[in-house]
Amino acid sequence: MNISRRWLEDFLRRPLEPRDLTERLTMLGAPVDSVQPLHAELGDVLVGQVEEVRPHPNADRLRVCIVNGGTAERRNVVCGAANVMAGRKYPYAPVGSTLPGGLRIEERKLRGETSQGMLCSARELGLGQDGEGIWELDTDAAPGTRLLDALPIADHRLVLDIGPNRPDLLGHKGIARELGASLGVPFRLPSLPSAELIDVPPVRRLGNTGKVAGVGAGTEDPEGCPRFLGAVLRGVRIAASPPWLARRLEAVGVRAISNVVDATNYVMLELNQPMHAYDLAKLRGPSVIARRARPGETVTTLDGVSRALDDSMTIIADDGGPIGIAGVMGGAATEVGTDTVDVFLECAYFAPALVRRTRRALNLSTEASYRFERGIDRWGGVEALRRCIEIIGMTAGGELVEAPVDLGPGPQNPARIFLRPSRVAQVLGVDMPGHALESYLVAVGATLVPKSDDRIAVEPPSWRPDLSREIDLIEEIARLHGYQNFPADLRAFRPSLLADATIERISSQVRAGLVRQGLFEVMPHPMGPQDGPQSVRLANPLSSAESYLRRRLLPGLIKLVRHNWDQHVGDVRLFEIGTVFSTAAAGEPPHEERHIAAVLTGRREPPHWSGTGEDRIDLWDLKGLFEAAVALAVPGGVVQVEGSGWIARDAKDRVVGSAGPLEADAPPWADPLFGFELVLDAGARTPERFSPLPITPSAERVFALVLGPGVTAQQVKDLLQRVGGPLLESVSVQSDYRGAGLPAGTRSVAFQLTFRASDRTLRDVEIDEIERRMLAALESELRVVRRVGSAPGSGE
Amino acid sequence: MSHSKSFMSDPTGYPDLDALLPRLRAIPSLGPDDLASEIVAILGRKNGELTAALRSVPSRPPEERKAYGSAVNRLKTQFEEAFAGRSEMLDQERRSREQAGVDLTMPARRRWIGAEHPVTRVMDEIIEIFRGLGFTVAVGPEVETDWYNFGALNFPPDHPAMDMHDTLYVDAPPLPGEQGGRLLLRTHTSPVQIRTLLESPPPVRVVIPGFVYRNDPFDPSHAPAFSQIEGLAVDEGISFVDLKATLVHFAHRFFTPTTKVRFRPSFFPFTEPSAEMDVECQLCHGTGCPACKGTGWMEILGCGMVHPAVYEHTGVDAERYTGWAFGMGPHRITMLRYGIPDIRLLYDGDMRFLEQFVPGGRVTL
Repeated sequence: MNISRRWLEDFLRRPLEPRDLTERLTMLGAPVDSVQPLHAELGDVLVGQVEEVRPHPNADRLRVCIVNGGTAERRNVVCGAANVMAGRKYPYAPVGSTLPGGLRIEERKLRGETSQGMLCSARELGLGQDGEGIWELDTDAAPGTRLLDALPIADHRLVLDIGPNRPDLLGHKGIARELGASLGVPFRLPSLPSAELIDVPPVRRLGNTGKVAGVGAGTEDPEGCPRFLGAVLRGVRIAASPPWLARRLEAVGVRAISNVVDATNYVMLELNQPMHAYDLAKLRGPSVIARRARPGETVTTLDGVSRALDDSMTIIADDGGPIGIAGVMGGAATEVGTDTVDVFLECAYFAPALVRRTRRALNLSTEASYRFERGIDRWGGVEALRRCIEIIGMTAGGELVEAPVDLGPGPQNPARIFLRPSRVAQVLGVDMPGHALESYLVAVGATLVPKSDDRIAVEPPSWRPDLSREIDLIEEIARLHGYQNFPADLRAFRPSLLADATIERISSQVRAGLVRQGLFEVMPHPMGPQDGPQSVRLANPLSSAESYLRRRLLPGLIKLVRHNWDQHVGDVRLFEIGTVFSTAAAGEPPHEERHIAAVLTGRREPPHWSGTGEDRIDLWDLKGLFEAAVALAVPGGVVQVEGSGWIARDAKDRVVGSAGPLEADAPPWADPLFGFELVLDAGARTPERFSPLPITPSAERVFALVLGPGVTAQQVKDLLQRVGGPLLESVSVQSDYRGAGLPAGTRSVAFQLTFRASDRTLRDVEIDEIERRMLAALESELRVVRRVGSAPGSGE
Repeated sequence: MSHSKSFMSDPTGYPDLDALLPRLRAIPSLGPDDLASEIVAILGRKNGELTAALRSVPSRPPEERKAYGSAVNRLKTQFEEAFAGRSEMLDQERRSREQAGVDLTMPARRRWIGAEHPVTRVMDEIIEIFRGLGFTVAVGPEVETDWYNFGALNFPPDHPAMDMHDTLYVDAPPLPGEQGGRLLLRTHTSPVQIRTLLESPPPVRVVIPGFVYRNDPFDPSHAPAFSQIEGLAVDEGISFVDLKATLVHFAHRFFTPTTKVRFRPSFFPFTEPSAEMDVECQLCHGTGCPACKGTGWMEILGCGMVHPAVYEHTGVDAERYTGWAFGMGPHRITMLRYGIPDIRLLYDGDMRFLEQFVPGGRVTL
């Protein structure tokens, strides 16, 4: 929403400083996004008085003007404008000045006559569309005065961010009302720059429909259009708007078009009442009626697009059919043009939700729809229509042949609101005296009704559709009291009795664990292409490549590895803890699960000049990481071999994760890529417990065993643990040898066994006995024997 | 008689002892091995020269015993001091010789170090501060129904407030029932306010971290999915003053204790009065700079008193209980805090970016 500083000043009759204005509006709830100075580039242009006009000796169309530019010396200015007259004042750009657009004024000869400067049109100064003739100034300022000081041209455009709850701030009047309350000064409509205004008689209240100057008008859809005001002006002359009007519009970024159209736009920007002017000659009937569209009807809007209508939409129609979409955009067929003589002015209230539905259905947002869908002043139409007629009368002439009409039941007034001072104190935490509450409410325009109890009965103003409940009034009180004026002392509170969400706590632990393993956490974009039939599809995706919610994390992580490879980074170790989605049974929301996934490739350690750090990450690094992650994320989880990698099973034997080498579109220099993905189990964890440190010595034995084809280390280990019982403290693998000295297809694996009894020192004979039973079981169950040549009991 | 070093090798008058004096003078030039054997030869417990001399005291003539004994002891002390001095010198020589061959400025051998995502760090820091204020952590689903995301939070249907939430919908039939409606990706963490209030009677004091989604394509300051953290405090006697006090306290702990904070009116359908909290720009400290668009302020969070309509939808007695809520965007705060110019850097997983956030690494604010 663009606002002109000068426009506000005209409401408040006082100068406003842009910085103070910005601060004040921001603290009132209308934050200022930017402040743009306007016409600062006109600083060189002066008020010049033409003292004498002579014909140009060598050119019929040119004149030589003697200009008083405020210096003792008079200047010769050659001028081509027909309207230049001696004694009048005009904008004068002296030699050395620069005009908007970069034209630099220099002394030069025109057909033999010296010209020392330029007399300018409004258009040449960027102040309107009027380029016919130079701009005659109506000012008392002395010649030589800066134009910016003589006329209200210099301005600031403030770009405001108005929330959807404050439609009243979408016009200058609403902003001025807020500022007036804040500054403690009254505000009034700016007076129009004309001594004589057209006489506008009071509106005539009729039924839902009626006639004005022979034109049928009104509403046949009181729901979509509860109020319809109309007026007819005959004999207008369409032309460019005068500079003051064009300037007003352009100060807020609206292009001036013609006096009648500009008048309607002016009223919208000033009073937040969108209006529409129709060329009466083009109306069939003539009539202008708000009604629901009929199936199959179409209308070509001002932008030249033909639009299909349906009966959910309120439209404006004449006897021949639709001529506009109510509250959204007028039709091209009845548009005011240069040849328009008689106009019909429409000033209506359209129901917000209907306008919103219509403009969404048509995908057509306009300044008008923006305002109507937020809710304009329910009773603002009379003032707006009068204002518009006055401006048209001033700028385009014309005659109001009959008093305007006011048709339709009118929008419903909201119910009274009852405000309890005790509730104000409860919500705001501060006791405010009743008279303070009342003065704040009066300042926003509410009417207070005396009540016998301690409540205050409030009728909210017609321009505040957002005020409908007690809490809305409490917000107004807080806002006007000033948020900065509430204390900020911490008071006693009751701490939360709810337990922390376990999934968050567990996620933190897992995250810390993976960071300890040297991995970096990432948060990639969670959408992508379909990943299996259970992928959840979006109805309105950003693009076809990201039209599904992810079902797994790994595809996203592989993309990030590719990104790093593209940057020639080969050491990549990433993990993510995030939500994945899959479709559920009909009538159920998608299934959500929190997963952990990691990818890793490149060197195992940073390279070092000493020669270490050249090893590459391999399957065993992955297995270690996977086991660590399973230990963190899945209580009671186990890792098992599956295919060319591993899977994890939880305590209920469900598969909850997998790990292995990953396929990726890798550059030739890249190292192998590994990864895993795991469901994070939010269930309870068994807390760590202290176990007493051993006080008895341990005994070590090493078995070099020959494992035949198909026998796994895990099988051997399981057997050793089963036979070894509680005295076998741990089993680890020392080496895995294949090759010379072994039967084909076999390998020699060295297991280191640690024995310990917690209550005594184990004797060799005890261990020898266990060892004998282990070897017997290995041979009978797995056909595993000791490697020939290895010494009994001590390894190789 | 004193035993200053200049007299240390004075003759004793006993020939057997004086015979040792050249060896005493030779100590400063002994190498490490010779030093070790000389120590044994002079002071050794079995066959050391001075050990033997001391042992011979009783066999000396009685009138000589005392003087001879003390001469031996003096000489022994001199040898001990000389041995210690030489030993120390040899140690120093060895150390400097060892170092001469090694360039200790060569780079160290390091380990890979991982790091949490900077957004996680910011999120954890925020949560930590609110834990200290009596909050616990709650979470909720990311796919929600219209009712949880909008209806229960007092977004009227066909209201322009909906324009602030460009919603991504799930391609699935709407869920039936009062709390159903179209399935969508939550546009804020606020539906968890509803879930919390439906499940737990006040007092409620929770913070709600999580991802939210908008139909916003990636650009330097927008992303279709980003983090949010919500806070909700509902109890008897909670007012706008508590809201201000708690959030000012948060700002002072998260930024600095002297950071200026301001609250200004704003609009959210599910809070009223609503406010926006700004803190003094952390780059220019309020003087105005491009980062704060010259205002001197940075927008940090939205907040407000819980709207009575939210209580009506969750069955909380709105006359008895009042409360406040806030929401902020850790992605955005991360960008502000670390000076990250483009939000996409937070999604790319670029190792060169992530390595900048290793704890103990360089962090600029």
